Amino acid sequence: MSTVAASAATPAFVPDRPAGAPREETHETVGEIHSPSARITVREVTVWYGEKIGIENVNIDIGSNEVLALVGPSGCGKSTFLRCLNRMNDIIDNCRMTGDIRLDGEDIFDPKLDVVLLRARVGMVFQKPNPFPKSIYDNVAYGPRIHGLSETRADTDEIVQRSLERAGLWEEVKDRLEQPGTGLSGGQQQRLCIARAIAVSPEVILMDEPCSSLDPIATARIEGLIDELRQQYAIALVTHSMQQAARVSQRTAYFHLGHLVEVGETSQIFTNPRHTLTEDYITGRVG
Amino acid sequence: MNSANGARRVTSTVADPRFQARLRRRYASERRFQWIGRIALALGGAFLALILGTIVANGYTAWQQTFIALEIHFDPERLDPEGNGSEDALLAGDYGGLVKAALRKAFPEVRKRRERRKLQALVSPGASFYLRDMVLEDPSLVGETRTVWLPADDDVDMLFKGHIDRSAPEGSRRLSDRQLGIVDALAARGAVEKRFNRAFFLAGDSREPEISGIRGALVGSALTLLVTLLLSFPVGVGAALYLEEFAPRNRWTDLIEVNINNLAAVPSIVFGLLGLAVFLNFFGLPRSVPMVGGMVLALMTLPTIIIAGRAALASVPPSIREAALGVGASRMQTVTHHVLPLAMPGILTGTIIGMARALGETAPLLMIGMVAFIVDIPHTPFDPATVLPVQIFLWVDSPERAFVERTSAAIIVLLGFLIAMNGLAVVLRRRFERRW
Repeated sequence: MSTVAASAATPAFVPDRPAGAPREETHETVGEIHSPSARITVREVTVWYGEKIGIENVNIDIGSNEVLALVGPSGCGKSTFLRCLNRMNDIIDNCRMTGDIRLDGEDIFDPKLDVVLLRARVGMVFQKPNPFPKSIYDNVAYGPRIHGLSETRADTDEIVQRSLERAGLWEEVKDRLEQPGTGLSGGQQQRLCIARAIAVSPEVILMDEPCSSLDPIATARIEGLIDELRQQYAIALVTHSMQQAARVSQRTAYFHLGHLVEVGETSQIFTNPRHTLTEDYITGRVG
Repeated sequence: MNSANGARRVTSTVADPRFQARLRRRYASERRFQWIGRIALALGGAFLALILGTIVANGYTAWQQTFIALEIHFDPERLDPEGNGSEDALLAGDYGGLVKAALRKAFPEVRKRRERRKLQALVSPGASFYLRDMVLEDPSLVGETRTVWLPADDDVDMLFKGHIDRSAPEGSRRLSDRQLGIVDALAARGAVEKRFNRAFFLAGDSREPEISGIRGALVGSALTLLVTLLLSFPVGVGAALYLEEFAPRNRWTDLIEVNINNLAAVPSIVFGLLGLAVFLNFFGLPRSVPMVGGMVLALMTLPTIIIAGRAALASVPPSIREAALGVGASRMQTVTHHVLPLAMPGILTGTIIGMARALGETAPLLMIGMVAFIVDIPHTPFDPATVLPVQIFLWVDSPERAFVERTSAAIIVLLGFLIAMNGLAVVLRRRFERRW
């Protein structure tokens, strides 16, 4: 192990791994997939896009009050996995899924379950800030309105203010709530999207590379926000930044070519990965 | 060694005379291309100017019409012989006789029967309708004598607009020497005047150019377009929404898409034949009515609206749909709250352009009988009517010289509506264009 770590420091002339070195063939996930306080349990989930497999046989728990970071090279299935959790893959035409995902013990693929309610419980923040081309106020108020969470204008006002405060945006926009959300800066837009997601009081928040289009200052604000939100929600965060995963997450899952390779405490994954693929990735040899 | 090598190679390429020649050729071909483009533009502009110029030059005279002033005695004997003053009696009055009497009084020297007939031919046969309308509006005129400006016959009108050659031999002239003398005498008395041609805008079609107008065709066009819009817009937008947002992508929807694209390219007369076979012959709907015309044009416009609508819907970024779905909106809510409003400007632009095309369409309407000669102005979509382009077609086919200017004037009106509609489409696009 130490030799590998040493060679990772000088990546330019590392000879290929000796033929006898252990290389996982079974795609068994390494590490502890279970969480003591699991909100979402994912078992044997496989997703196809037509004939192509997106992710295969994924098993993992997402616990409450934790940030689970999903890392891995591009196209490894992180986003596919994330989009299973609120059934956003439903809108992709040729996408099929098998397996079992439970939110608080409820099967989210139960035909009797209303996908609209599921998405109210599992909020999502996307890679590119995507505020509606409406006012800041309407962006946040939209979810509560369609779910009937707010009966009166005063209720809505309160939800909007609370959500914007929690997203750390209130002070910046309180005087211009009627201005279009698309007129904000990138980082503000992303916080607006977070406010929009938490306005419907979800239980889980899915974040798909929320900082990938933001500058480092805006990123730091969002990361601080994620850490605060963790107190109340379970968060699954897809990220390409190892540093970000290390900074904000408690547990980390490493995906590789559609397989969930390793899950563990973030500190353990980054200091002492068990799987060679994980190690290759976090030390910068792959991906 | 390396850099020296590189430096030598760079200078050698540029210094090479063949390179210089090639470079000159490249610039020359670029200039050539630009000039070809400019010439094409200039040619296009010139032809457009020629067309518009010809139409305006031919058509602007139609805004005016020659009128002749006559002392009309509203003779109770002729209008209301029984003296009961009822509207029916006034409607049946001999107004033509009033004109004849007035002309006889003005030119007592004309005695011979044939000459009198020629004298009467100087005033429009439609003059009696003018007098009738005057009396119906104000029955107290009966018994009075008034100077009334009556529309001159189209030949007189053409004479004053310079389209009749006085030097031509009498036999090949529409007006005889005697008639010319009378007209000149009238003009000398100040009884001939060119006035604004209200009839052109207020009257329906007529065999007499001087009392024919485009109102019937305009109303017919409006009714037809209304039917077209009411049928094609909801159906087209609904189809576009379903195909773009809800329908699965499979062989069937591919087939439908191909068919819609092909329908948009089908010659319009084929839609006319379809309307004739299905709406008239099979369903037995009435001929020549805007309702059927609108249905046929709706069929023709549908593919345009569907294609434009789908393009507009597809241009709404998927991130907006994901955002709405992500906060728990249903697919229907996503579409009605977010996607459709954002796509609306594009859909409306496509619709207006489709409508403009329908407004200018002639061929399919010929098939369903909207080419009939209809004098009455339609009031409902079930009244027989014609439409502007068909009216132009009818007039251009008429032998009277005075219809030439009216044809051009009708074209000006039609082009005006088309430009207004396309302008509206541009305004809508500018106004509601969004950036994401």
